Amino acid sequence: MELILDGLRKAFWLLVTMDPEVFGITLLSLKVSGLATLISTVVGISLGALVALARFPGKRIVVGLVNTGMGLPPVVVGLFVSILLWRSGPLGFLGMLYTPAAMVVAQAVIATPIVMGISIAALQQLPQKLTLQVLALGATKPQLARILTKEARLPLLAAVMAGFGGVISEVGASIMVGGNIKGYSRVLTTATVMETGRGNFETAIALGVILLLLAYAVNLVLTHIQQRERPR
Amino acid sequence: MSAPAAVIEGKGLSVERGGALTLDVPYIDVREGEVLSLIGPNGAGKTTLLQTVAHLVPFAGEIFFRGRRVGSDYPVLAYRRSLAMVFQEPLLFDATVFENAASGLKIRGLKKAAIREAVTEALGRFGIMGLKDRSARSLSGGEAQRTSLARAFAVRPEVMLLDEPFSSLDPMSREPLIEDMEAAVRTTGTTTVLVTHDLMEALRLSDRIAVMYGGRILQAGPAEEVMNAPADEFVASFVGAGTLLKGQVNGAKGDDVAVITVAGRQIEAAGRIARGERVTLYIRPENVTLSIPDGGAAEGPQVTSARNVIPGVVTRVASMGFYQKVSLDCGFPLVSYITGESREALSVAEGRRLTVSFKATAVHVIKKS
Repeated sequence: MELILDGLRKAFWLLVTMDPEVFGITLLSLKVSGLATLISTVVGISLGALVALARFPGKRIVVGLVNTGMGLPPVVVGLFVSILLWRSGPLGFLGMLYTPAAMVVAQAVIATPIVMGISIAALQQLPQKLTLQVLALGATKPQLARILTKEARLPLLAAVMAGFGGVISEVGASIMVGGNIKGYSRVLTTATVMETGRGNFETAIALGVILLLLAYAVNLVLTHIQQRERPR
Repeated sequence: MSAPAAVIEGKGLSVERGGALTLDVPYIDVREGEVLSLIGPNGAGKTTLLQTVAHLVPFAGEIFFRGRRVGSDYPVLAYRRSLAMVFQEPLLFDATVFENAASGLKIRGLKKAAIREAVTEALGRFGIMGLKDRSARSLSGGEAQRTSLARAFAVRPEVMLLDEPFSSLDPMSREPLIEDMEAAVRTTGTTTVLVTHDLMEALRLSDRIAVMYGGRILQAGPAEEVMNAPADEFVASFVGAGTLLKGQVNGAKGDDVAVITVAGRQIEAAGRIARGERVTLYIRPENVTLSIPDGGAAEGPQVTSARNVIPGVVTRVASMGFYQKVSLDCGFPLVSYITGESREALSVAEGRRLTVSFKATAVHVIKKS
């Protein structure tokens, strides 16, 4: 119990004093996961809209694969991104391995199926006749996608929240492709793992609390937008 | 007088779903300025035909718009933008009433001033200008359907397609909306295709009726033709093979009975209708009673609650299974359904003179705009 209280006290202290190292780690976490979420939002919603609105053979198989992808194990993603970016790998010439950019790529790969899967569900739950109504209003296909995406904006915000939640909390891929290099690619999750391994539980708890606060703050903003937009 | 030119023609239209043919219409035309009603029971293919005509569902066949084949001589998008469609559900967007009504115009890329002008006119037409800033999610069923109609009329379509737009409304919202819609269609002269399973609604609003069943059009023509000369037993049973008569109100008896002149004869109908108004009367055959002239003379003149007692001559008798269909000439055509027993008792045969009676409340008055 004492250990936890000490951890909470330390977290409070680190936050109040704006500890430069913790501040840097937090900022990097936000940057990496924020950018990965942004990429997955653009890619996931676009591909989700394409899959949800287009008619093609094997659509159910594709949706099934996307839904499976929502539960991609981060370590598996980390493994494949590592192989791709490895010096002798197909994308080794980019020199991205053990950089924050590699972490963004890995996290985007994790978040995209989450955003895409929820986007497909969000668009498919719209009344089927709404698509016909929009087409009957004279919409082109891009206009149709835009209008329906706008109509599904509340569940789509939930997709973004789920995507962010999935990456801000993952550790396996980040540690594998980022390397947890101090002052360069160390983020809250990888730092927490490292401090726990060293037996520095106070610091690990403090980092965990900061991670929770960060996730809560971001989701609070998104929830605020979602609730403001809620149908009256 | 030749028929107005066809705005839309459909040739060899068919739709297959799950291996079954749900639509099979060799030919359909929608003529300039007319209101064409597609009527039939649920599952008859009315909505499928409307959506096919709107080029919204995959189908086989050809659609021509003002003589040009849609998809080859005329782009599908331009064709769709010549139409407007209202569904049974309002299908409004999560936006204000104004934004909803403006959506079709925004899609067409119109300038703000033009949008404002057209939307203001459309909202005014349906009496919802006061709701323009309200969220569509907060509207009642009637208000929402008014918004949907305003959205459709705002684009000033060449052809309006209406898919049972009144069927989900309560009677209080329904009647005024039908009146407003009818006024909008007539004043703008918009060519309209209306899907409905309500015969009275079709009779009231349409110039022509197409009766559908099993994905096919069984009969299409002016309402009088379909009602008085049904093409087959299904059409007869669906439309009730009632008689439609054109007439003019020339007086009243008391406060609640109108006297209407039809082919020189006076027919009394329940209701208050202004003198001089042209109307169409609809009389269902099961409400027409036949008797032998002076059949009750031995007991003195008959006193009856039927306000209409007129002589008629039998022109045709046809067995319809459980009942007999008797066509009469009363100065105008009239149809009566009787049993086989009554046929024998009255010795009903072609040329037989009979007394025909029906109550004023059995006469349905259709006011034609």
